[in-house]
Amino acid sequence: MRTVLSGPWVLAVYMAERVKESDLAAARAQMGFSLAWHIVVACLGVGLPALTLLAEWYGIRTGDPAHRLLARHWARAMGVLFAVGAVSGTILSFEMGLLWPGLMGRFGQVIGLPFALEGIAFFVEAVFLGIYLYAWDRLPPRRHLLTGVPIVIAGTLSAFFVVCANAWMNQPRGFTLRDGKVVHVDPWAAMLNPASPPQTVHMILAAFMVASFLTASVYAVAMLRGRRDAYHRAGFLIPFTLGVVVTPFQVYVGDWAARFLSHYQPTKLAAIEGVYRTGPHVPLTIGGVAGDHGLEYGLEVPDGLSLLVGYSPGTVVQGLDRVPAAQRPPVTAVHWAFDLMVAVGFFLLAMGVWLLWLWWRRRRTGGELSTPRFFLALAAVGGPASVVALECGWSVTELGRQPWIVWGVMRVRDAVNPAPGLMGGLWLVLVVYAAMTVATVYVLRRMARGTPVPRAPQEEDVARYPVV
Amino acid sequence: MTVLADAALAVMWVGLTCYALFGGADFGAGVWDLVAGGAEQGRARRRLIEHSIGPVWEANHVWLIFVVVMLWSAFSPVFAAVMSTLYIPLTLAALGIIARGAAFAFRKASTELWQQRLFGACFALSSLLTPFFLGAVAGGVASGRVPPGLAAGDVVTGWLNPTSLLGGVLAVVTCAHLAAVYLCADANRAGRPELASAFARDAVVTGSGAGVVALAGIAVLAADAPVLFHGLTHRALPLVVLSAVAGVAGIGLLIRRRYVAARAAAALAVAAILWAWGAAQYPAMLVGSTTVSQAAATSSVLWAVLVSLGVGAVVLVPSLWLLYATFQHEAPERSSPG
Repeated sequence: MRTVLSGPWVLAVYMAERVKESDLAAARAQMGFSLAWHIVVACLGVGLPALTLLAEWYGIRTGDPAHRLLARHWARAMGVLFAVGAVSGTILSFEMGLLWPGLMGRFGQVIGLPFALEGIAFFVEAVFLGIYLYAWDRLPPRRHLLTGVPIVIAGTLSAFFVVCANAWMNQPRGFTLRDGKVVHVDPWAAMLNPASPPQTVHMILAAFMVASFLTASVYAVAMLRGRRDAYHRAGFLIPFTLGVVVTPFQVYVGDWAARFLSHYQPTKLAAIEGVYRTGPHVPLTIGGVAGDHGLEYGLEVPDGLSLLVGYSPGTVVQGLDRVPAAQRPPVTAVHWAFDLMVAVGFFLLAMGVWLLWLWWRRRRTGGELSTPRFFLALAAVGGPASVVALECGWSVTELGRQPWIVWGVMRVRDAVNPAPGLMGGLWLVLVVYAAMTVATVYVLRRMARGTPVPRAPQEEDVARYPVV
Repeated sequence: MTVLADAALAVMWVGLTCYALFGGADFGAGVWDLVAGGAEQGRARRRLIEHSIGPVWEANHVWLIFVVVMLWSAFSPVFAAVMSTLYIPLTLAALGIIARGAAFAFRKASTELWQQRLFGACFALSSLLTPFFLGAVAGGVASGRVPPGLAAGDVVTGWLNPTSLLGGVLAVVTCAHLAAVYLCADANRAGRPELASAFARDAVVTGSGAGVVALAGIAVLAADAPVLFHGLTHRALPLVVLSAVAGVAGIGLLIRRRYVAARAAAALAVAAILWAWGAAQYPAMLVGSTTVSQAAATSSVLWAVLVSLGVGAVVLVPSLWLLYATFQHEAPERSSPG
């Protein structure tokens, strides 16, 4: 049946061998750039609705105008962010085919299911976002609140499905290859591969952290500038509290994800930790530069990695020596990205402890929760820091899989589009995204300044604030 | 196996039809935004357009993602072949999609005239270009210019050819026509009969324009895409006739100010022409090389995707109904600025 198709495939493989290095680099850069961009707005798209619902719910329950105004403000920002998230996500589905037709032509059917499910979830999300934003003043408050719930559920499910597809690239399951062709596909096994549980949970928690800390940053800055009224305090405390509540779970899940790698993708863990030689008593190296014999100039904790992986100093950790040099990921980049991510994680964990202490002290002294300037300044850094951690974590996943696009099955260079001129596409994409970035930031800033918030918002301030 | 593959193709074609009817109209509305005139003169039209497509365009846009994902899940080799050979118009369409969606949201959120003008121009221009490139892609596929394999076709003439040009122009004119027809009823409901009459006039002009382009297209296809032409004049002929009849009826209904009925007629005309294309080249997916059953995924995948979509539809259909019902039954106009 497929004999008709095999001829062109042979040709395609031949052409892929000759693919120009610059076009391969351009394709990788374009995919990396548009994913790195989308992942931030996608996280806001998952997390911001939850924050908005929290503020709206509290506002309805207490009747407090500040919270209700805050909900409207966040909803308005959500409208803009969701739009850029939707379109930048669509481009990714195009790029899967435009840049990596070798991957999609062969394995498209294997990873189609999670994308189809993601499509449905995203559809539901878009539908209810339309209702939630545009029917704000048409529906009774409680029913309006209810129309926001599907956005949060569908957004989280979208993230789950799309990360399942990425997990499959790390743990390809659910198919048999015969003569380079896919036969016997089990799409459910492909979607629910071993990497799916740790990766999806890690990503969804990350989405809530990024949305929370980034939003909190905005209000931390406002409070540092002297706006310490109820509106700004709520705008800071709701997301910041959610963020620091999620963080300890994230640290735990991150540990699970790394331990998972030691069993399922040891090459990636070896790159993450800069382990070159397989053996017991492997130290944990923080920082350092990849040299000939391993990481140099790093801070070493004796037996650290063996202890983390197997709870005993004698635990054998597989090193990069088990794979040929051509199949090793770029160690320094992966290692530093990982260390940076972990550092941010522990910084945010410490911020949570500090907030807990502030809460505890208020219980004893009474009155408002005190928010020292230094605390606010660090919290303001927390938002951008969480984005750095997000990008680092994603870099670890992707760079740590190199040179494979499907781990152990297909190399990146065999998946790329052999058509000439991919470099031109990269430049176009860079220009458009640069313009979109500037416009997004500008519009969001104008939005905040265009409608100044009164010191003590009243009922009419809430009613007058347009969501759309 | 073949039945499953046909079912998957049919579901994908339903998605494509929905995208043309809903997403296409949103693009068309952007075209009307483009030609609405200066800031003062075009304000009423632009407000109506914004009011009509604001709540629904993102949901409508998802139909495109649906089609893309169906194509790659159910017919992976065809997806790879089309995307790699036609990557230039598809990249341009993708960028157009970005510019349209983002600029629309930015304009809504802007208050100053110069920003509204800048984002508005971006929104309107990309609304014109995106359907053109998508139509050009359709033309490339329909005229058999995409061979199987990775970028095996000509990356330039694959979409710069008579049939692609026809597809692009027809897509733009059709989108504009659909939007004008839909906006007539919206304008009436918003209590703006003078706008409704203006859009009805535009709809008649674009509808006639689409007819003229389609007639000219007969000659183009006969010369440039003989296989498609043969299909359209034989097996798919009833659908072509249905499209023509519905198109003419729609124009008649517009002239008689039966705007809601005109919507149905215009939608039927567009849907019929899409299904005529499908019927004309069936069972070929890539004309001259690949049939539906050759390109289809294994039956386990087709089952999983179709069952998932069926279950998803149980959630989705009531949600979509709720969306359109909420905004097609007019609530009292809010006093919102901008």
